Amino acid sequence: MIDQVLIPLLKIVIVLNATLVAVTYMVLLERKVIAWAQSRLGPMRVGPYGVLQPIADAIKLMIKEDITPVRADKWVFTAAPIISMVPALIVYAVIPFGPTVSLFGRKVSLYITDINVGLLYIVSVASVGVYGIILAGYSSNSKYPLLASLRASAQLISYEVAVTLTLVSVILMAGSLSMVEIVNAQYNQHVWFVFAQPFAFVLVLIGGLAETNRAPFDLPEAEQELTGGFHTEYSGMRFALFFLAEYANMIVVSSVVTTLFLGGWLPPFPNVGALHLLYYVPSWTWFLIKSFLFLYLFIWIRATLPRYRYDQLMRLGWKVLIPLAILNLVVTGIVKVMLM
Amino acid sequence: METQTVHHGAMFDTNELVINMGPQHPSTHGVLRVVLRLDGEKVVDCDVVIGYLHRGIEKLSENRNWTQIVLLTDRMDYVAAATSNVGYCETVEKLLQLEVPRRARYVRTILCELQRIASHCLWVGTHAMDIGAMTVFLYAFRERELILDLFEEFCGARLTYNSMRIGGLPLDVPPGWAKKVLEFCTIMEAKVGEYEELLTHNRIWLERTKGIGIISGPEATGLGLCGPALRGSGVARDVRKDEPYAAYDEVQFDVVIGTNGDTYDRYLVRMEEFRQSLRIIRQATEGIPEGPIVGKVPRLIKPAAGETYHAIESPKGELGYFIVSDGKSTNPYRFRVRPPSFCNLQGLRRLVRGHLVADVVALIGSIDIVLGEVDR
Repeated sequence: MIDQVLIPLLKIVIVLNATLVAVTYMVLLERKVIAWAQSRLGPMRVGPYGVLQPIADAIKLMIKEDITPVRADKWVFTAAPIISMVPALIVYAVIPFGPTVSLFGRKVSLYITDINVGLLYIVSVASVGVYGIILAGYSSNSKYPLLASLRASAQLISYEVAVTLTLVSVILMAGSLSMVEIVNAQYNQHVWFVFAQPFAFVLVLIGGLAETNRAPFDLPEAEQELTGGFHTEYSGMRFALFFLAEYANMIVVSSVVTTLFLGGWLPPFPNVGALHLLYYVPSWTWFLIKSFLFLYLFIWIRATLPRYRYDQLMRLGWKVLIPLAILNLVVTGIVKVMLM
Repeated sequence: METQTVHHGAMFDTNELVINMGPQHPSTHGVLRVVLRLDGEKVVDCDVVIGYLHRGIEKLSENRNWTQIVLLTDRMDYVAAATSNVGYCETVEKLLQLEVPRRARYVRTILCELQRIASHCLWVGTHAMDIGAMTVFLYAFRERELILDLFEEFCGARLTYNSMRIGGLPLDVPPGWAKKVLEFCTIMEAKVGEYEELLTHNRIWLERTKGIGIISGPEATGLGLCGPALRGSGVARDVRKDEPYAAYDEVQFDVVIGTNGDTYDRYLVRMEEFRQSLRIIRQATEGIPEGPIVGKVPRLIKPAAGETYHAIESPKGELGYFIVSDGKSTNPYRFRVRPPSFCNLQGLRRLVRGHLVADVVALIGSIDIVLGEVDR
């Protein structure tokens, strides 16, 4: 009973809450880091150094008037933010924050579940999120959101192809789709896949940026062109859901990249005996540190780079990333067969 | 057969999407309204609608006395108010055939060039922001702040300066000001390099600006473009060089021109103008002569009947004033401005045709308009 129901439920509650808190603080982190890059201070008023800003933001968004445009398709308009938020959260079910550890004399795994098609699950669930964006643009019955959602669908679908193709080469290396097994494979093969698959790493990183609508690929919400894009007509908590979904997706991408390429919860150089000391640091700490590095990188990129144009983005996706992904896959396959 | 053709046509009939950009839009730099006709994301045609910021400055000026008008010229190009002041005062001086002391002319040159840098800072910031590079915006505003400090020290105001008087300057420069200007030049020199580091060789920036909105020299001249928008197309027209005013005939500088006439060249021209302006400021500040700051201005300004046109090179292009005096009253009979922003906006329709929506904001940024000046 305890093992089957209580512990999984407890883990879900913890992960869900931790994610939501992380997402709100991600917003603060982004504002702070960008502010530092731009020689500003960022939020400073709410709490010391603005640490309570996310709470103030949440309260503000909740008590704001929730407007549905008269000509909008009401049901779809309401469903769209939910459709984009939910997939971003349920992906966490298969992300391993650590291995199985013993806690109070009981064996507890630091992930909610380990299904044998974990990676496939992530890819397919994450791609449901795009429906939220498309439906938001369509149901708003407004021109700017419509243009933005057209952009979004084209962009997400084409980058999905590139990313998934690249992930196949990682699966080839690990010989499994299970997220836990992929980490174990990196331990057993004595190498983080970022060194074995540097090309795949870069491709997934670029594709991940594009899939989460982050700069320089943030076309669907290009403020300067489309005045906010697909969420132009949204306000209050519904807008907040889109906003949170974007950040939740960012965390998903960094967690997935960490798991696939940086050995997930493994400390640096896991097989070197002299560095065995590093195992005394809790495994999830390594996971969080590595994920944080990627989140920081995403923010850094946003502060630095201009935005791609729609056609250039599609060209990059179809003419550069996808051929490279296929090439990478073929080379990985050949090398793998030759080594066998 | 005939009905079939009609149906055939109807089947493939694609509707253009008419989209209204502005007057409340984050990237139209004020209250510009552009009505775009789109085919997908491609701009088929556009209509530029102006007039949302019309305050009747020209007509107002006909009911104010000559000195009061200086204050109104501040409100035209409000990001380059000092240049408008200088342009107006010089026009009236030309009408009065008044000799301006050399010291005043030097200070005017310094102020004009500081103003050009301030205006270009604002331009590079907003232009980069429109294309998505948001950090440049804050860097540029940081340096613009230093210029505003210099202006504040000179005349007490930070935006609408009212910094000129007919015949010279309202006040002499404060002690130590010249040294601060030179210090600013040193800082700015390095900062321009910083902006360029973020943009000039950035691949995304190049892809977004190269080959966008190409316009040839003759066509640009035909449309009446002026300033950096014209020089980007390779036409070496610069009022500072062609018809020198203030002290521009006594300083060395180059007229920067582009080759391809695209958004990138217009960007490069302005970036190089930063450096040329610094060069002018250095020479003028070091060579600033001693002497009076105001010429022999009559108590009651009442120019003889006649008309005159005088142009100066504002940061945005050729800013001209056409003033008619009837010789009887203490206000102008007719007051007309040739605003560079207005003339450059003329080219927008030609520039955006065939490009994508994302390029429209890049092109509005690349011609550098201020709506206060367009509508007056």
